[in-house]
Amino acid sequence: MSLAFDDYGRPYIILREQGSKKRMKGLEAYKSNILAAKAIANTLSSSLGPKGMDKMLVSPDGDVSVTNDGATIVEKMEIQHPTAKLLVELSQSQDAEIGDGTTGVVVLAGKLLEQALTLLDKGIHPLKISDGFDRACDVAIKHLENISEEIDIQANEHEALIQAACTALGSKVVSKRKRELGKIAVTAVLDVADLGRKDVNLDLIKIQTKTGGSVEDTRLISGILIDKDMSHPQMVKEVNDAKICLLTCPFEPPKPKTKHNINISSAEDYKKLYLQEQQYFVDMVKLVKDSGANIALCQWGFDDEANHLLLQNNLPAVRWVSGTDVELIAMATGARIIPRFQEITPEKLGKAGSVKEVQFGTSNERMLVIENCQCTKAVTILIRGGSQMIVDEAKRSIHDAICVIRNLIKDNRIVYGGGSAELACAIQVLQYADEVSSVEQYAIRSFADALEGIPSCLADNCGLNPITSVAQAKARQLQENNHRIGIDCMELGTTDMKEQRIYETLSSKKQQIQLATQVVKMILKIDDVIAPDDY
Amino acid sequence: MDIVGNVLPQVLKDEATEDKGEMARLQSFVGAIAVADLVKTTLGPKGMDKILKPTGPGQEMSHITVTNDGATILRSMYVENPAAKILIEISKTQDEEVGDGTTTVAVLAGELLREGEKLIQKRIHPQHVIAGWRIARDVALKRLREISTENDINSQEFHDDLVKIARTTLSSKLITSDRDYFADLCVNAVLRLKGSSNLDYIQIIKLPGGTIRDSYLDDGFILKKQITIGCKTRIENAKILVANTAMDYDKIKIYGTKVKVNSMDKVAEIEAAEKEKMKHKVDKILKYQPTVFVNRQLIYNYPEQLLADAGITVIEHADFEGMERVAAATGAEILSTFDAPERSEQILGHCDLIEEIMIGEEKMIKFSGCKKNEACTIVLRGASTHILDEVDRSIHDALCVLITTVKNRRVVWGGGNSEMQMAAACEEEAKKVQGKQAFAIEAFGRALRQIPTIICDNGGYDSAELIQNFKVELQKGNLTYGLNMTDGTIGNMSELGVKECLRVKEQALLAASEAAELIMRVDNIVKCAPRKRERA
Repeated sequence: MSLAFDDYGRPYIILREQGSKKRMKGLEAYKSNILAAKAIANTLSSSLGPKGMDKMLVSPDGDVSVTNDGATIVEKMEIQHPTAKLLVELSQSQDAEIGDGTTGVVVLAGKLLEQALTLLDKGIHPLKISDGFDRACDVAIKHLENISEEIDIQANEHEALIQAACTALGSKVVSKRKRELGKIAVTAVLDVADLGRKDVNLDLIKIQTKTGGSVEDTRLISGILIDKDMSHPQMVKEVNDAKICLLTCPFEPPKPKTKHNINISSAEDYKKLYLQEQQYFVDMVKLVKDSGANIALCQWGFDDEANHLLLQNNLPAVRWVSGTDVELIAMATGARIIPRFQEITPEKLGKAGSVKEVQFGTSNERMLVIENCQCTKAVTILIRGGSQMIVDEAKRSIHDAICVIRNLIKDNRIVYGGGSAELACAIQVLQYADEVSSVEQYAIRSFADALEGIPSCLADNCGLNPITSVAQAKARQLQENNHRIGIDCMELGTTDMKEQRIYETLSSKKQQIQLATQVVKMILKIDDVIAPDDY
Repeated sequence: MDIVGNVLPQVLKDEATEDKGEMARLQSFVGAIAVADLVKTTLGPKGMDKILKPTGPGQEMSHITVTNDGATILRSMYVENPAAKILIEISKTQDEEVGDGTTTVAVLAGELLREGEKLIQKRIHPQHVIAGWRIARDVALKRLREISTENDINSQEFHDDLVKIARTTLSSKLITSDRDYFADLCVNAVLRLKGSSNLDYIQIIKLPGGTIRDSYLDDGFILKKQITIGCKTRIENAKILVANTAMDYDKIKIYGTKVKVNSMDKVAEIEAAEKEKMKHKVDKILKYQPTVFVNRQLIYNYPEQLLADAGITVIEHADFEGMERVAAATGAEILSTFDAPERSEQILGHCDLIEEIMIGEEKMIKFSGCKKNEACTIVLRGASTHILDEVDRSIHDALCVLITTVKNRRVVWGGGNSEMQMAAACEEEAKKVQGKQAFAIEAFGRALRQIPTIICDNGGYDSAELIQNFKVELQKGNLTYGLNMTDGTIGNMSELGVKECLRVKEQALLAASEAAELIMRVDNIVKCAPRKRERA
């Protein structure tokens, strides 16, 4: 259609460079988009649930990572198809907003698109489909809120939080230690949580990784671990009752920002300058020492001479501490970050029980641990593991668990996992479908089918017969009017998810359904794809 | 195309590939097992060495490495298979964490996967295999800890244990014929550290020439540098000043400084001032009254001459490590400013004698009778650099294991004893567990038993017979029995004195099972399109 004719029958071109563009229109475009998006969802679907498998991803540079985390998988797959990229973003926005359920959201979108494909074949207009999905989505969300339960996060030593963390960790390679890791995550979050405001600043939890040992050796340090050592090899390795001076200025002669030149024109000047230079170092160290500090942490480097003066004055110091670490230390020890030596006062020093250097393994790697900080508002989780891949995956898993706990502190409503919540919504949506008299009825019904796809996928991954187990669960939900019946993935002998204690946060489930519906709607609206040919 | 015949749009980039399910799993197994098979011939006292030849243009081509050390072999290999990369990764971690057992860990992971593959062929789901392995790993670990013994750190027994462990570690290396000699040498070196785990204080100097037997542990500390010509080459009762300071010319550190003069006279003036500044510095140094001055940085002629005139022996250009070691050995402080001569007592290092010595054809400086006796030097001699490099790696392994043992103190019997006992524990457990996992637990035991089997095979012995006899001995309650690799029989390890460090075994078990689990869980391999590199 890019070639038209004017009144005199001369052709003119509407879309330039037609030859070098690829174009897909109408039903062909819909189908192609849906198939591409489905391909991604298919890849991810085997990672869903506690018995889900991992993916091995090889980066363009040949680095290997093994992961179960949906957002990480799609990010590292380097997808080029434009529609498939929408699913990547979908997973990532779930990751950014909630932090967990990144696989589930993509799988759900895939199931929705699958249903949309059949509807398109029936000749239903894409916009009608998307309207229907929209209405069904509202019903599902409302029902989710109805069936959600409030839990007491304080009860029984935060048992509910630990259970929720375990659910998040259950599908990962570290699942063997899910209880221990879950506890670590819960303690870490509660240490930094502001329960009054119901908020958690996740920046206060530092996750540090170190290969060696095994996942069991992962531990929580109620303080900060920084990957640095003392600036001079002969400084003391341990400072008790530390008074920390936190500097963001280098132990070097000052460098004014304005461009300037100092011209030396005589020997006198030369000597004077030398003396002045020496004086700088002495003054700097003296200012720090006089404030009563017994350890200095600096964001910048030290001159050799200053370094030695520090040693001579018995003042252990650390250089090149990263900016984020500086902020963390400031928060934890109550120190003020001091940008100029002249502004050092005793009140601005941070306090910590001890600062010491610890060593790992046979290679000479040392780290600095700051413990018993004045305001223990920052914690570090030190993750150990047999190889870099394990450690990286453990880090992602713990991040997920931490996010879940934070969400629960923000909003303590939960729904039950194991596909039970999706099933309950599906039943509700199906009932609603019958009340709708227009074409959307079909779309709404399909939405319910798509929701059922999640438990069926779960069952499939666990080696159960997906059709029978979903049918059984659904029938029992209806008969017993019990929305907690799901899929017994771990083969524990009960399908009641309350007994299995599989908790998921309401916010995560809601977000999953909403985001997936939105993306599907967006994909359904595309009827023309124009791309450069060599794309 | 999918099953129905729809043409699937291309989702990934052009050269990217995606393998799913069986194909992906097959790829991982093949890769991991290939790597394990490659290093498995180096396992045990009768293991063979490998020659590593680098690829690529230039000089490096001709530099080959001959080694028996798993980590070195694996590190130098270029593999593309992602599962193989995981095995290499755990071998590296093992090297960093405990220093030895780097071959064992890769072989064990490979054997686990070999067993895993068989289970998958029997249609057992990977997750069930993993569940079984996890139980087996715990059981094995528990048994391993149970059979380990601990001796008091100061006792003679502990010292004997260390020697035995060092001998066991060295027995699989090139220097196996001299292992008693080197075992003593390593133990003495480690005991000097007095519980500190800083390997930096043990310096290894490699000098081609002589035979391996000529290697020795030097009590003092040897710096691979020369004393500046014109200075005394033998100083008794030396007082050493260790410094890290610019002795070429003192640059002005204030930013934006420029020397701008308008006449030649002024240039001379400034030059004089510069010289005076240096002299001033030297004078300050002299106030400390040292007899030896060691600097990390270059020393120019002028200050060198001033110092030599004052009768001070000058050693310039000591590298960072060398300097730190000198400082540690002599108890000196590393100085960069020289304004506190009153503290000279604490700052200066002491040693009874500094002299220039000749080892082979090289001149070096030896510090003996140091104030703090922690640092020491192992001088290695050998017929070629390849031998020396390999001996260096072997000694490094032994030192790492010893340090780990000093820290952990628990030891187990060697000669495959611990693996066989762990395997037995797995088999006992398998009888009690219900469900398919039991197969995986059994498989774990079999994989563990492969380690002594491979050791036997490498020695050219009848592994099937030996391992069976070994099993029977353990069953009879002879829990200290193991493989006697000199005679090809089963012998009592407590008589043969073959011991190993618990920590090494523990780490190998944990890392190998974690890696095998990681690989087993994969059902999809996505390879991104390789990054295009512009050819320079």
